[in-house]
Amino acid sequence: MREDKLVLGGQEFNSRFILGSGKYNVELIQAAVEQAGAEIITLAVRRANSGGEGNILDYLPEGITLLPNTSGARNAEEAVRIARLSRELGCGDFVKVEVMRDFKYLLPDNQETVKATDLLVKEGFVVLPYMYPDLNTARDLQRAGAAAVMPLAAPIGSNKGLATKEFIQILIDEIDLPIIVDAGIGRPSQACEVMEMGAAAVMANTGIATAGDIPTMASAFCKAIEAGREAYLSGLGRVRRAGGEPSSPLTGFLRDEGEKGCL
Amino acid sequence: MTINGTNKALSEQIALSELLCQEGFQAGKVAVELNGEVVPKTAYGTTLISESDKLEVVSFVGGG
Repeated sequence: MREDKLVLGGQEFNSRFILGSGKYNVELIQAAVEQAGAEIITLAVRRANSGGEGNILDYLPEGITLLPNTSGARNAEEAVRIARLSRELGCGDFVKVEVMRDFKYLLPDNQETVKATDLLVKEGFVVLPYMYPDLNTARDLQRAGAAAVMPLAAPIGSNKGLATKEFIQILIDEIDLPIIVDAGIGRPSQACEVMEMGAAAVMANTGIATAGDIPTMASAFCKAIEAGREAYLSGLGRVRRAGGEPSSPLTGFLRDEGEKGCL
Repeated sequence: MTINGTNKALSEQIALSELLCQEGFQAGKVAVELNGEVVPKTAYGTTLISESDKLEVVSFVGGG
């Protein structure tokens, strides 16, 4: 197969699995990243504890690209503040913009997300906005200079799978940017399905963090994402609307040409 | 002054680098916002903090 790279902000990646680092023990992160084969990991920015023990950066494998999120931001201005602080932490220009003012379903505010994306792109960030899968918003994000679009499959942390499938497909078909499906993907089969649909990558956290065996689930997701990508690149076989079609020739033995219908 | 939402009495101005050290933060692992503006790490030694200032000291944690 030809070389197949994910390109974000001019940087090339072999892995199409973006791993979240929330909700699990930092000591499991290294194993999870390794089993996931992930090259990008998301992080959050929070008030620091004095002492600095257990800093997550001490547990991450070298060479991994950090994708800080702006979780906690309720508007564009707060997202910009968090992004600037995360850049000052000295781990690159990538940022996953996340703006929400709904705290039950944790749905993103698309309008503020576009505003934040626009401001941060102008400041030189590589912006990956988390969004509700809406075509008009995706076009606005593209115009604002986003490096990718990250539509949600289902509410964050729900493990409910592809609730927004049809709308994600529209983004894949119409938007000329990597579509990275984020939030709600709870099982490897769902990650595989969205990759078969033509998504550029999958971001998952809770599906792995709440699994019985975290590193093994990371490995299962990795395989599913690779399988889905290969299937997409291969071109899926067609679906017959009605009836079957033999995979083996039926004529030439026990039957003659022209024999049709039921017995 | 206020540091991460907690009030702290300051008898005189103090350099940000010194304040971080006093409070037990490792300067290499945090980022600092002073009254809403990010302070570059290179300016920690020369930035003076006074009684009316508001500081946010942040670091990375796990997140999705």
